[in-house]
Amino acid sequence: MIVVDELRKHFKVHRRPPGLRAALRSVFHRRYEVVKAVDGVSFTIERGERVGFLGPNGAGKTTTLKVLSGLLHPSAGRVEVDGHVPGARAAAFLRQITLVMGQKQQLMWDLPPAETYAMNRAIFEVPRDQFDRTMKDLDALLDLGPLSTKPTRQLSLGERMKCELAAALLHTPTTLFLDEPTIGLDVAMQLGIREFIREYNQRHDATVLLTSHYMDDVVALCPRVIVIDGGTIIHDGDLRALVKAIRPDKLVSFRPLAAIDLADLERLGRVVQHDPARVALEVPEDHLRDVVSHLLSAMTIADLGIEDPPLEDVMRKLFKDKRAAAADAPADAADAADDDDEARRDDDEGAA
Amino acid sequence: MTLRRTARAMPALLRIGFAETVAYRAEFVIWMLTTTMPLVMLGLWTSVAAEAPFRGFGQRDFVAYYLATLIVRNVTSSWVVWQINEEIRQGNLSMRLLRPIHPFASYAATHLSAVPLRTLIAIPMAVVLLVTSARDVLATSPVDLALFGVSLIGAWVLTFFVLVTIGTLAFWVDRSMGLFDVYMGVFAVLSGYLIPLALLPGWMQDVAAHAPFRYMLSVPVEILIGRLHGADAAWQVVTQLAWATAAVLGARALWKVGVRRYEAYGA
Repeated sequence: MIVVDELRKHFKVHRRPPGLRAALRSVFHRRYEVVKAVDGVSFTIERGERVGFLGPNGAGKTTTLKVLSGLLHPSAGRVEVDGHVPGARAAAFLRQITLVMGQKQQLMWDLPPAETYAMNRAIFEVPRDQFDRTMKDLDALLDLGPLSTKPTRQLSLGERMKCELAAALLHTPTTLFLDEPTIGLDVAMQLGIREFIREYNQRHDATVLLTSHYMDDVVALCPRVIVIDGGTIIHDGDLRALVKAIRPDKLVSFRPLAAIDLADLERLGRVVQHDPARVALEVPEDHLRDVVSHLLSAMTIADLGIEDPPLEDVMRKLFKDKRAAAADAPADAADAADDDDEARRDDDEGAA
Repeated sequence: MTLRRTARAMPALLRIGFAETVAYRAEFVIWMLTTTMPLVMLGLWTSVAAEAPFRGFGQRDFVAYYLATLIVRNVTSSWVVWQINEEIRQGNLSMRLLRPIHPFASYAATHLSAVPLRTLIAIPMAVVLLVTSARDVLATSPVDLALFGVSLIGAWVLTFFVLVTIGTLAFWVDRSMGLFDVYMGVFAVLSGYLIPLALLPGWMQDVAAHAPFRYMLSVPVEILIGRLHGADAAWQVVTQLAWATAAVLGARALWKVGVRRYEAYGA
């Protein structure tokens, strides 16, 4: 079980404008800002859950994952993973978690992945027979084939990601923190990795916390989604319920077989697209039945489809609304702060 | 408990470290060339002492001294400062921190596993030169040779953990490599790397006697070339091991504080 209670992580960031003057000035007077990457986040995840972590860039997703896996120490708040405080990085804790970062690799660049597997086997003390069994399972699930014996640098991005996953899961961790595990991969690979994660979760009753830019990944994989923006949680629960709350309308689209008057369409719903080839309308869900039956009886159309509005649009609207609301309130996203105890500062001005 | 686990993982770590060293052999050879300073000094000082001994050092003494220096330096030097510095700055330390083994153990494995290849490349040459041109000044007693062996290990541990300490400072300063340059300057003078400590001005000899640098290089060198032996040598080795222990403890303490400041940049 994962417990996050009022987690805060603030970073002190050195700011300076570009240019030589600014560079010289920053030698003597350094200006720091406090960036609140995570600012009061709380949630609980039960064993075996698959939870998606959504939010725009810089929302605090990765920072939260890094705190949960013990890389970063919280500025405030309490974090617990299966009874362990991650920051202590106890061996027992590290053995039951894994962190996969789509943009950082643990495979040794100039050696084949098999060497990284061997090293992890030794460090995580995986018994030989268990190692062989797990390797066989991973091979079947990920189709590693001959990849493991080629130097890592000669693998394609997708191949490398498969090997990364294998290296990260060799010790059969029960908590998986996955940060953009499908970044840069083609659709087929994304699908493959997604299925693999689901399979692993079910087979080992593993807890999965996943961030991804691909909303499809998250929706397909995670019954529960935590949406985070500006370091705070703005939604926690079923994503479809969220979508419904923000955009209750359905998207009705069809191909007109005869010309249709725009005015007729506007009586049915909000017209999103009106081409000879395709017409799309946004229709409130409770009118859906009437609109569809009217379309079918009164107009000559083909290829009728009904879908939810694209998830990306929904999320964009959610973040925009939230930002607009925040702009009305007094903003204190970043506090400028001069620093007193930094070794890297060399301040002769003694500013308060 | 943790120590036993680390010991069990060591053979695999050393084997993989060796494989990595072999994979990087080109860089490795170039890097080795940067440790050949003693050969330059050797040329310089043998010409100074060509006609008469210089303050007790004849030509053969200089040959023995600098070749012994080359041997010790080859075994004990490493680029761990650069490695830790880069890993902290670029966030690659994350991967090391996710493994249930102290990062010091995995760094040590990487650098220890480079020693055999270095020995293979550099030491035979030095040994041949030592034996042919300076045999009569080498230590011969089994006790002194054993002390040399121990002092070489002590010098490795002390040097490695001092370097780890400097690398660890990257948790606080943007680039600890600058500090490393300063350190190298002081080290070169006070360890006997550039000039035998006996040739330093009096006050500098006093400083060198009380600083840890001589235990990284000069002590094993002096034992090997017979300038330090018996009880004196034993006492120096004991002092060296005390310094080495202090370096290990100091590095660990600093790391423990520093790692809390780690910001896991990138991704």
